Amino acid sequence: MNTITCNTCGHLNKEGTTICEKCGNPLDNDQKGKLLNMRYDGSSIRSKTKNRSIIDKIWNFFSSVKIGVTLIAIALVASALGTIYPQQMYIPRSVDPSVHYRDQYGITGQIYYQLGFHNLYGSWWYMILIALIGISIFIVSIDRGVPLYKALKHQAVKRHPNFLKRQKLFGEYKDYSVDEKKLLISKLKENRYKIAEKDGHILAEKGRFSRWGPYVNHLGLIIFLLGTIFRFVPFMYIDDYVWVREGETTVIPSTNQEYYIENQEFIFETYGEDEEDAVFEEALQNNSGPVPKHFETNAVIYQDVSDDIVGTEAELEEIKRGEIIVNEPLKINGLALYQDSYQLSEFESMSFKLHETTDEEEEAIVEFTVDLTDPKREYKFENGYRIELNKYYPEYELDDGQPRSISNYPRNPGFVFFVYGPDIEEQEASFLAIGQNIPSGDNQYKIGLTDFSVRDVSGLKVRKDLTLPILGLGAFIFMIGVIQGMYWQHRRIWIHQGDEKLLIACHTNKNWYGLTKEIEKVIEGTSFKMVEDQENKQKQD
Amino acid sequence: MNKIEKAKQTKKNKKRNRLIFRSSILIILFAALLFAVVSNLTAEEDAVVNIGDQAPNFQLKQVATNNETAMKLSDLEGKGVMLNFWATYCEPCEREMPYMEQLYPEYKEKGVEIVAVSVDATEIVIDNFVDQYNLSFPILHDKKSQVLDAYGIRPLPTTYFIDENGVVVERVLGELTLERLEGYLKQIEPK
Repeated sequence: MNTITCNTCGHLNKEGTTICEKCGNPLDNDQKGKLLNMRYDGSSIRSKTKNRSIIDKIWNFFSSVKIGVTLIAIALVASALGTIYPQQMYIPRSVDPSVHYRDQYGITGQIYYQLGFHNLYGSWWYMILIALIGISIFIVSIDRGVPLYKALKHQAVKRHPNFLKRQKLFGEYKDYSVDEKKLLISKLKENRYKIAEKDGHILAEKGRFSRWGPYVNHLGLIIFLLGTIFRFVPFMYIDDYVWVREGETTVIPSTNQEYYIENQEFIFETYGEDEEDAVFEEALQNNSGPVPKHFETNAVIYQDVSDDIVGTEAELEEIKRGEIIVNEPLKINGLALYQDSYQLSEFESMSFKLHETTDEEEEAIVEFTVDLTDPKREYKFENGYRIELNKYYPEYELDDGQPRSISNYPRNPGFVFFVYGPDIEEQEASFLAIGQNIPSGDNQYKIGLTDFSVRDVSGLKVRKDLTLPILGLGAFIFMIGVIQGMYWQHRRIWIHQGDEKLLIACHTNKNWYGLTKEIEKVIEGTSFKMVEDQENKQKQD
Repeated sequence: MNKIEKAKQTKKNKKRNRLIFRSSILIILFAALLFAVVSNLTAEEDAVVNIGDQAPNFQLKQVATNNETAMKLSDLEGKGVMLNFWATYCEPCEREMPYMEQLYPEYKEKGVEIVAVSVDATEIVIDNFVDQYNLSFPILHDKKSQVLDAYGIRPLPTTYFIDENGVVVERVLGELTLERLEGYLKQIEPK
């Protein structure tokens, strides 16, 4: 490492140092007369030393504040671009994004899609950008924070007169008494300055801890970023969804088939049911449909205690039961189930009767109920009739003239029944669906719907977030750093005892106005004149 | 040792320590970056069981065939297994089923078993479907979606091709063509 020798005291300073570590003489001889740059207290910034290995080069890249600011600027612009059109997760699920953006927003929409901005915040390059900012903050903090800490910890009390002369606030005093100097020091003490003395030279300092504010702030930011990374660990973060039908028990996703939930009852209330809702009457009339007031799931949570392999009948042990209401989740082991959505009135069972086609009274020959959760193939009766459920479509739709089901759920069930009986030669078929009853031909018997039962489906959010305390801690430390750096200032006053003259110089990292006011207060009652603002003087000259 | 040599030695040590310090911090930071990016990309695929993983064992009831006993995946050790997740209401599943039926006898001879796990809610719709397409390979019923959850299946159909050691060789999201299906089946023929 190269060194710079101080030509006043002969101390060897690290390359890049601008103010001698020992005596405080400025080392930038070519800049005489100008005010000193007090950044990092003139200490050598680690990365400003010569590049040696590839590691040093990478380190120096990230330790550059310019690079950091550029990365933040790019991230800012990219984040803004992502808000021009909706992200992919907010467009309807049923549409093809490549078509949707073009149709909705024209040519710009298509460009937006093709550049991948429709999924910007989850894209690899955006993540890398944010991570690079994190790395930059971390390295910059080490690179600047450590030398600054060392420089301030080992700062010399006695500084070279040139150091004092090149401070912004500076004063020279010839006629003063020793008592007055003492009074000045005691007044500094009154203003909570810490006084260090060496051979008559004084350093009065306060609020040094405010200089650590930015680094504490960065630490908080890094903890916050780490917290967001922990979201990718399934143990720390779960965001899933489960639909559970009334009366059914189903596995809770993302729990390795350990927990099951039973929906015992789904309660749904709308406005207008109670007398006290009369005040809303007008508003309700303007609304086309019923307005939900309250919905909740009465749920039981079970744990599967068997060690059998997946798919075998679970041995369920009840561990918790209760209501799940909006904003009032049911919690087990940090896993919370939130009431999120519902589907009302899905068919659960349907009842039919068989009667003669010509019978106007439609007197039932046989009656039977099809359980839509587990329909039986055959329904046999003692009077010799037999009904076969030949085809069943839970959510029936015609597709090119062929009936098929488009989902698992009995939202619009369709049936093909075969009727066998003592007076039927082979069989009679008929197709039934909501509002449809189609016989296969000239049928002697007809099946009619007599009754049905429905049930509700509850949609529950499955959430677990152990990263919240980490995010909270990060944000808290961040705030402490901001307060520390913003509400306090690092103020220093050097008093140099010359042979005849007394030199006084003052420095603060911010709020010069406050420092000036404080000094006015300190010199009040002494014969010391106010220190001069050399920066203003230079400007006026 | 004279002074200059000593100074040189300390300088060397400092340099080495600095290199170690910087390298370790950079390694930690880049490892965190890599972890975040990789996790984010794999999270998008939404599958728990990936290529190269050991296929989780499970047991399900066979339906729609004469043999109504339970079947375990581990029963098929030593054979290549094509594990197909499907449902009767899923049209792409319906289109690929005949291809599976067409290739099944040939590959059964070669030691490859086709297992189709249906996630339908009711057995009756599976029965009707199997009748319609005359399927002869084993059909399992995952009525409670337990196996679906264990494998983290999102789109239907999803097909796993598992080798004789139970390791996932290939995972296909969505519909298969006859040619692709045959290619994958060849990959899992036991050696």
